[in-house]
Amino acid sequence: MTRKQRRLVMIGGSLAVLAVAAALVLSALRDSIVFFSTPSMVAEKHIAAGKRFRLGGLVQPGSLKRGDNLAVTFEVADGSATLPVAYKGILPDLFREGQGVVAEGTLDQSGVFRADTVLAKHDETYMPKDVADALKKQGHWKDDYSKPSASAEPQPVQGAMR
Amino acid sequence: MIAEAGHYALVLALGLALIQSVVPMLGARWHDVALMNVARSTALAQLLFVGASFVALVTLHVTSDFSVVNVFENSHSMKPLIYKITGVWGNHEGSMLLWVSILALFGGLVAAFGNNLPLTLRAHVLAVQAWIATAFYLFILLTSNPFLRIANPPIEGRDLNPVLQDIGLAVHPPMLYLGYVGFSISFSFAVAALIEGRIDAAWARWVRPWTLLAWIFLTLGIAMGSYWAYYELGWGGWWFWDPVENASLMPWLAGTALLHSAVVMEKRNALKVWTILLSILTFSLSLLGTFLVRSGVLTSVHAFATDPARGVFILLILCVFIGGSLSLYAARAASLKQGGLFAPISREGALVLNNLFLTTACATVFIGTLYPLALEVLTGDKISVGAPFFNLTFAPLFVPLMIAVPFGPLLAWKRGDLLGAAQRLTAAGIVALIAIAVLWAWTYGGSSLAPLAIGLAVFVVAGALTDLAERIGLFRLPFGTSLQRARGLPRAAWGTAFAHAGVGIALIGIVCETTWNSEYIGTMKPGESAQVAGYELKLDDIGQRQGPNFRELVARFTVGLDGRTLSVMTPSKRNFTTRGASTTEAALLTRGASQLYISLGDIAADGGVAVRIYHKPMVLLIWFGPVLMAFGGLLSLSDRRLRVGAPKPAKAARALQAAE
Repeated sequence: MTRKQRRLVMIGGSLAVLAVAAALVLSALRDSIVFFSTPSMVAEKHIAAGKRFRLGGLVQPGSLKRGDNLAVTFEVADGSATLPVAYKGILPDLFREGQGVVAEGTLDQSGVFRADTVLAKHDETYMPKDVADALKKQGHWKDDYSKPSASAEPQPVQGAMR
Repeated sequence: MIAEAGHYALVLALGLALIQSVVPMLGARWHDVALMNVARSTALAQLLFVGASFVALVTLHVTSDFSVVNVFENSHSMKPLIYKITGVWGNHEGSMLLWVSILALFGGLVAAFGNNLPLTLRAHVLAVQAWIATAFYLFILLTSNPFLRIANPPIEGRDLNPVLQDIGLAVHPPMLYLGYVGFSISFSFAVAALIEGRIDAAWARWVRPWTLLAWIFLTLGIAMGSYWAYYELGWGGWWFWDPVENASLMPWLAGTALLHSAVVMEKRNALKVWTILLSILTFSLSLLGTFLVRSGVLTSVHAFATDPARGVFILLILCVFIGGSLSLYAARAASLKQGGLFAPISREGALVLNNLFLTTACATVFIGTLYPLALEVLTGDKISVGAPFFNLTFAPLFVPLMIAVPFGPLLAWKRGDLLGAAQRLTAAGIVALIAIAVLWAWTYGGSSLAPLAIGLAVFVVAGALTDLAERIGLFRLPFGTSLQRARGLPRAAWGTAFAHAGVGIALIGIVCETTWNSEYIGTMKPGESAQVAGYELKLDDIGQRQGPNFRELVARFTVGLDGRTLSVMTPSKRNFTTRGASTTEAALLTRGASQLYISLGDIAADGGVAVRIYHKPMVLLIWFGPVLMAFGGLLSLSDRRLRVGAPKPAKAARALQAAE
């Protein structure tokens, strides 16, 4: 093989791998990304039942009901709309009524959000950022939610409850 | 007083870094030995002053001086001593101080042990190190001063985030930073080589041990972080594809590629330009990781805007260093001479393939991590890219890499014999096929992918052993000769085998845990029992206990197997009064490489407690694999070749100096 041929083999091989990787990335981006919504965005956009998305907002005080066998229902509110959420499992340590929450799942036919994951990505000193932004945008922001987060080490406060 | 002294020491370190940035460069330009040697003294002095500054902050934390904001916000007088110390880097300001301390440590090491380096190269390397240090000293002093005082000192602190009050904090961040920052050395060497426009195999000999050292720490740091998340967060998950984790995985992937391309450069004097680029990219990804974690940009682009000073500052550092080094690379790379030729099927070719897959996998992680940010900036849509994305892109790219791993070490340099390598791997292949068949029959009707994946892992492990067996002539030569050969084998060869086997072993753990994990989630009252994977777990009682700065709810479980009582497990839920936060302390019972895992949820009104019980088969292999990889790296680092031969400069460099 001449030097040129060798180089062609190398470049061809690299391009092939990169093309495969690009195809994988594009197809995965189409299928596996999840959008974020608040209850009022859900009401506006009419998200189809069965489509996965992330729901963020405040847990409506007084709405948390515990059923049998770890089933729980609560309502997520963002000031202008509320959405009922059903979840089965153990809630994160930081789940509180009146505090921010992010849940992932789908809407069912009756308009209840069936969450399979409740995220605990925040500690008690601050709101999940997605929720805070959404609330701010709608003008329902209260200052007492925005305690400084400087002391919160982002690193290990991660993970989801499945 | 201590705070002011610490602050002052940091300012002095900045001054030293400024001198170190400029003077050695001028010395190298004017061929002035005295000026070039300034780099050495300033690097050591810098280490001294940053070290003093760091010790000052530790002292403030240990003595609970709440007149310092940093201590007030992150400490509590009742906190156990170990967490008072580790709490120093459990917050933004302190962790940045740790970052620069480690940077100064590496600079000091180059200064102390770089006596055999060509003088100009050492001057350039230390100057580049000082540029990085200057940027980060300014960042700390201008935006994140850990020594800030409060006008009216409170009597009690706000305590450290309870999740961080764990031994994991003592180990994980320092390890990770030793890895991240360690790559700054290869970066500085790369930039120095570009400035000088000269690069040779001696350069690679120098860069390789530093890269290896950083890589070992990063490997252990990531594994440690993963195990910490596993036992502390209470869901039994060990990798979440969280952006913060990806931020550490990206430099690891690029660093692993760099490690392999540096071998080619050292042995065959080829792939120079690529190795330089990888050195730059690896440290750039470390900087990117620092930016992602420290700027708050991850959770939202808007969070970034609320505290713009810090974010913009790091972004600026990022742009200057990455942009600057890549521009320099673009301008100078062409002038570096191309080295040895090799056929596509050869050891070099295999290492190129390794680099290709590792960097591509790194690129997919990069896209998955940054795409949501880009989209939010461009369209305002908020999306999350989670585990499914990475499983669909990262995993398929790793499969061909894993298949290729055993072939690499069996191919000859320059021109390899693929058929011969395949023949020598027949035994490994047969072992893998047997493993697949046995597992498939055993788990008949279950997942069909898992036996294949484990077969692949077995192939990698057996392939690593084959390489060793081939080298020492096991079964071909008399046993005594083999033993003698084994003793004479370079430690780097043992290192390669261990590290490659570690990859396979980690894969076995990952596949077993994700496929055959069994769980029980429910409410239990005292006296009730649950069955998980053949084990019987009986909840005996639930009690309260008082800790130093928390109250905890402790549940006692008796674990039985086949009617025998094995052990008692006591998971707990801690409530930290100062912050009103609670943490879940999981109880773990290790059986071989498998673990039983219990974590507690809320207490119900009727006295029952929500529990989560997992049986995780072979889960410990997930972390044993990386430990084995790091051990392999350590063996390779102790190789005589690197210890004795490393600092030998190339003849050309010596001739150049003699001429002066």
